[in-house]
This record gives sequence, C-alpha cells and structure tokens, in this order.
Amino acid sequence: MKDWPLWEVFIRSRHGLAHKHVGSLHASDAAMALANARDVYTRRGEGMSIWVVRSTDITASAPGDKAILFDPSEDKVYRHPTFYEIPDEVDNL
Amino acid sequence: MHIQPGHTGGEPTRSAEALAELEQAFQEKIDAEIKIEPKDWMPEAYRQSLVRQISQHAHSEIVGMLPEGNWLTRAPSLRRKLILLAKVQDEAGHGLYLYSAAETLGASREALIEALHAGKAKYSSIFNYPTLTWADVGAIGWLVDGAALINQIPLCRCSYGPYARAMRRICKEESFHQRQGYEIMLVLCRGTAAQKRMAQDALERWWWPSLMMFGPPDAESSHTQQSMRWKIKRHTNDALRQKFVDQSVPQADYLGLTPPDPELKWNEQIGHYDFGAIDWGEFWRVLKGDGPCNRERIEARRRAYDEGRWVREAALAFGAKQARRAHGAE
Ligand SMILES: [Fe+2]
Ligand SMILES: [Fe+2]
Repeated sequence: MKDWPLWEVFIRSRHGLAHKHVGSLHASDAAMALANARDVYTRRGEGMSIWVVRSTDITASAPGDKAILFDPSEDKVYRHPTFYEIPDEVDNL
Repeated sequence: MHIQPGHTGGEPTRSAEALAELEQAFQEKIDAEIKIEPKDWMPEAYRQSLVRQISQHAHSEIVGMLPEGNWLTRAPSLRRKLILLAKVQDEAGHGLYLYSAAETLGASREALIEALHAGKAKYSSIFNYPTLTWADVGAIGWLVDGAALINQIPLCRCSYGPYARAMRRICKEESFHQRQGYEIMLVLCRGTAAQKRMAQDALERWWWPSLMMFGPPDAESSHTQQSMRWKIKRHTNDALRQKFVDQSVPQADYLGLTPPDPELKWNEQIGHYDFGAIDWGEFWRVLKGDGPCNRERIEARRRAYDEGRWVREAALAFGAKQARRAHGAE
C-alpha cells in the first residue's frame, strides 16, 4: 500500500507571531492532518492555531534562481533608512 | 519542508570536472556553516549517509517505545503512569520528526519501515535488552535518554537543515525524559533495602549497554571521519562516551549506587574518569540480531503494522471519496 499524502504543518504560537513552518506529516485527508498535527507538534502548548497544506500544493523558488531573485535588492541601499544623512540636531527622524 | 527537487528522473549526467566543482562548492558551504537544504545540490554519498543515519535514528525512537511500553500498565502509581505515557508519546513524535527529515532526502516512509520490518535496517542496540523491573524504567530514563541527549545535542548543529531542526525539537523534549528517570531511581534509592537493590541491579544491567550507545571506538568507526568533514557529526564516539561517563558517575554516587566496573576511577591528571574495556563482541552480536529481544521487538513492530493495515487503507479510501465529493459539488 502507498503512503498517505504528505502535509506541511504551520503553527502560530501564543505570542501573536505569524504561522511558522514546524514540520510535516502524512495523513489521508485534511481533518486527519489537523488532528495529527495537534498530536505531533503541539504537545507542550506550542500553538494557538494550526494550518496544514498539502506539500504538493506549495510552489517553491529554486536554489538555482537565487541570484536572479534576490541579488537585485542588494544594490538598492536607498531602501534603508541609514542611507540618508540627517544632521544630529534634527530629532525624531 | 518536503518540496521535492524537480529531478525525480535522476541526476543529469555531468562531466567529472563539473562534479568536482560542485563538490568543492558544497564543501565550502559546509565549512562556512551554511545549512544544506533539501533542494540544494549535494553529493550522492552525503544524501545516502544522511538517509542511513536519520532513518536508523527514527527506527530507534520507534523501537525504543517497546521496552518502556512494557511498563505502561504496571507503573506503580497514576502519576508514574501519566509520566510514562507522555514520555512514550514523545518518542513516537521523535520518530515522526525524523522519518519526515529522511523523507526530505527522497526516501519513502513506507520503504524505510519495510526495511526495518525485514530486518534490513539497524536501530540502537540498547532497545534489544529487556525491562525486567520497574527500576529498569528509571535506569532507561536516566542512562539511555541521558546518553541519547549527549549524542543528540551536537546534532542540533548538523549541516543538514531538516535534521538539525528535528534535533532541536527532540532535545527540548528529551531533558524531561532523563529527569523523570533519575527521579525514579532517587525514590527507589531512598526506599527499602529491596528497592535499592532493585535500582542497583538495573544500573548493573544498563551501564555497559549505555556506554555502547555511542558506537564503536573511533579506530573502528567506518563513517566517523567523512561524517565529521561534512559536519553531520561534530564529535567522535569516544569523546561523547567519555562525556557520558564523566557526567554519570557523580550522579550514581549521589544515588549511592555503584556502576559495574572495577576499573572506574577518577584520573586527576587528565580530569576524566578512567573506565574498563567494553565488550565489543556483545555489541556486534546484539547489533547483528542476536540480543535478548531482537526478534521480539521486530515481531511487535510487524504485528502493529499489519494489524493497522485495514485502518490505513480505509482512511485512504475515505479521503479519496471526500475529495471526489468536494470536486463533484463544485
Ligand atoms: Fe527520543
Ligand atoms: Fe527520550
């Protein structure tokens, strides 16, 4: 028999942070994926909310595209506040 | 994450030169402590080595539930029963985190489990020893989980991202295991003379197998050097074993118990304990299938898997039916 489909599990912790990827599991459907995620990834009060997503439904960037995707932001220093020179005497900027 | 690389049709054939270049870039990443992630290029030997180590580790967590499971219905109080249940449940979780990490390398869960059930995969030899008394549950938590922790803490910095992340979760949970075990030993040692004898007996049976958990001596360990170059492993077997002895002897002293090793003594000069020779013959015998419980353990795993087959199939059929219905309703 074949493996149950694979799901990725995302959990939002109690501190108001965004959902974060915590791992994966196998389940036959979404309801079971949620139940298993609760048992496997929240045994010690780690979460307030769970998302489960079929692994096959995620599209990820390829490591080979790293330069094309992320290098362009590197020479745009003017996007950072430290690029601008403001006299010390001016407050609250 | 299990987002598989797009090369399921096999690696494209590369020239030896191109391959050497890739391998050098890979090693430079490792040396710079940059984590390797599932979609990154990696040497085939690195992938295989990780699949082997991670799956053996996963099998150990799963088989490791059996010796303690033996005491779930016999724990001496409701408190101990709840604690032991929570611990065994943790071990199941550890197995799952690790199988998942192995799957990011392209291994299938089913194939890994089949290899275990066919007797083709290894798991930690310690779980082939029986749990004869309640004190064994204490000794396992204290020594076996204690040794596992020493092995596992450096793995939190392993070069392969998914394995390192799984190990961080595991180590966080593991320290309760060790403490509950030591507490069991403490209660027994403060109890009647018979209880203390039971604790001493458990220590005597688990001491040497615990030392063997760190694997063969460095001189005979076939994978150590390459694993260290790839930063899968950070310390040698012997260094970790020494650390375990140094930490456990004072803990045994506190309990008023004596490890079964007449050569065990503090060495002022090197600042470590000296200890006697390990019976590696026993280690290899147990690892190759001839321990006291090898057959029983695999048999229990197989039975659980076979008896659960109809549930897995029914759930899959139900899932497919639900999906069809949702599709039809659109
Ligand atoms: Fe564990
Ligand atoms: Fe444990």
